[in-house]
Amino acid sequence: MSVRDLSRHPLAALAWIVPIITVLPLFFPSAYYYRIGALVFIFALAALGLNLLMGFAGQVSLGHAGFLGIGGYAVAIGPAYLGVPAWLAIIGGAVLSGLIAYAVGRPILRLKGHYLAVATLGFGLLIAIVLTNESAWTGGPDGISVPRPALFGLNMRRSEPWYWLAAASFLLSAVIATNLIDSPTGRALRAIHDSELAARVLGIDVGQAKLAVFAISAAYASVAGSYLALFNGHITPDIAGFLNSIELAAMVVLGGMGSVVGSLVGAAVLVVLPQVLTILHEYEHIMLGLILMGCMIFLRRGIVPSLQAAWAGARR
Amino acid sequence: MSALEAERLSIAFGGVRAIDEVSLAIEPGVVFSIIGPNGAGKTTLFNLFSGLYVPLAGRVLFAGKDVTGLSPDRLARRGLSRTFQNLQIFFRMTVLENVMVGRHRHETTGVLADLLHLPSVRRQNRRTREAARAALSRVGLEAEAERRADALPYGALKRLELARALASEPKVLLLDEPAAGCNPVETKELDAVIRSIAKEGITVVLVEHDMRLVMNISDRVHVLANGRTLAEGSAAEVRSHPAVVEAYLGVHGAQEAANAFG
Repeated sequence: MSVRDLSRHPLAALAWIVPIITVLPLFFPSAYYYRIGALVFIFALAALGLNLLMGFAGQVSLGHAGFLGIGGYAVAIGPAYLGVPAWLAIIGGAVLSGLIAYAVGRPILRLKGHYLAVATLGFGLLIAIVLTNESAWTGGPDGISVPRPALFGLNMRRSEPWYWLAAASFLLSAVIATNLIDSPTGRALRAIHDSELAARVLGIDVGQAKLAVFAISAAYASVAGSYLALFNGHITPDIAGFLNSIELAAMVVLGGMGSVVGSLVGAAVLVVLPQVLTILHEYEHIMLGLILMGCMIFLRRGIVPSLQAAWAGARR
Repeated sequence: MSALEAERLSIAFGGVRAIDEVSLAIEPGVVFSIIGPNGAGKTTLFNLFSGLYVPLAGRVLFAGKDVTGLSPDRLARRGLSRTFQNLQIFFRMTVLENVMVGRHRHETTGVLADLLHLPSVRRQNRRTREAARAALSRVGLEAEAERRADALPYGALKRLELARALASEPKVLLLDEPAAGCNPVETKELDAVIRSIAKEGITVVLVEHDMRLVMNISDRVHVLANGRTLAEGSAAEVRSHPAVVEAYLGVHGAQEAANAFG
């Protein structure tokens, strides 16, 4: 395989992230930066799952934080009430999220566009309400603490191991997402995005394909939710709230629909930017809003695809 | 046994019968054209055949089996493929990937295997890619394989749709106005491609306005007007059928035409 072939390999786009992940901590002045880094990769994981649904299959979800919530409470409730080890609770939460997505998706994925958006929004609200009201299990609006066990022999109370775990998890999930895209299922999903009609007359079971990607994206969000809860050591129903759903969707659109790397960039911008902008005190949110609007006006296909197109244009 | 058959097929939209008791039987391996003035119901008939519409009454038989009301994807998996009058291209995919989607019914898909990119998935991807390239070269698009579909001109997109449908190796291929928007040279190439498809034993059903193409290529022609069957026969029979001439040109025009051809 020549260098040129290698550079065109689907996984090539991910290869240059690895040195960045490893070198970046050399410039971290304090543990706080590890914390921000870990949050970036955790949210990138959830955004990537949502990107499979929105960017590749073209189906919107404004309730994806609901799955963050399921994953988060799985690692809170599983070990405390059911005696399940944390790693198993993560997997259990992901499976449960996938199953719930499958069940909920059956009726609502028939809807299109704005109608699907509102239906998924309703689903997210529903999860948040259940988590708030079932206080015997969930601790109600105040939430519950999440036991933080040693994972892989690491002290998971510190931010540094979380940085590495979240980064590795994101990379693994990015490889899996890239695999999916270059497969019959992935091609079917992208086909559905562009023409459901043509997809159907070519033998694609559109309903089944949408359910599959909805369940996969739910599992991604669920794992991210579990990490978030374990990382913080505490969880409240806010994790499943509307704001988180919108933030995930914003990460996907900002970074670039249909771009694996875009999910990471979108998450990085929306996690890091508010931290940086705190220096502006009361103008923080105005600035954040203006930057987001500017990005969408000048990079309307999302940061990564727009820059890729500009780069390709400049080289021609 | 007919490759595709309609039995007293009817469908209505808002009380108007778009297709009214149409019966036809298409023999395997022929080129069968459906013609008629605008609004005659040709595309509606295609939509009934391919499962996009469910008929109000009547039956559709595919290879002798009743497939009335079967979903489009299940019909496609049985070997019915089609193209669209208004293009239905996957614009965000490459030309090659578009055609690879056409191979879908021959691929075994398992979501888990696909997520892990197991060796079986990679081998299958390679086979799919080769078959898609072969289909592209049949319509003369192999040089464009790696371009994004939205970068192609209109005529090439029509051929891309044809390649995608061919890649599914259908038993019956429905072509909805393949020559629309093509220049005379492209139409001639299309003529040759359709002939080669029919030679392979694929039944071709054609809706087309280019009469020269229709008359050249068709083994049989079925004429629709206002959702009803007007005539059916060989190209020569249909061309001289008085009702057909009248439907196309009007009574007055028919006389003019008779004088002109006379």
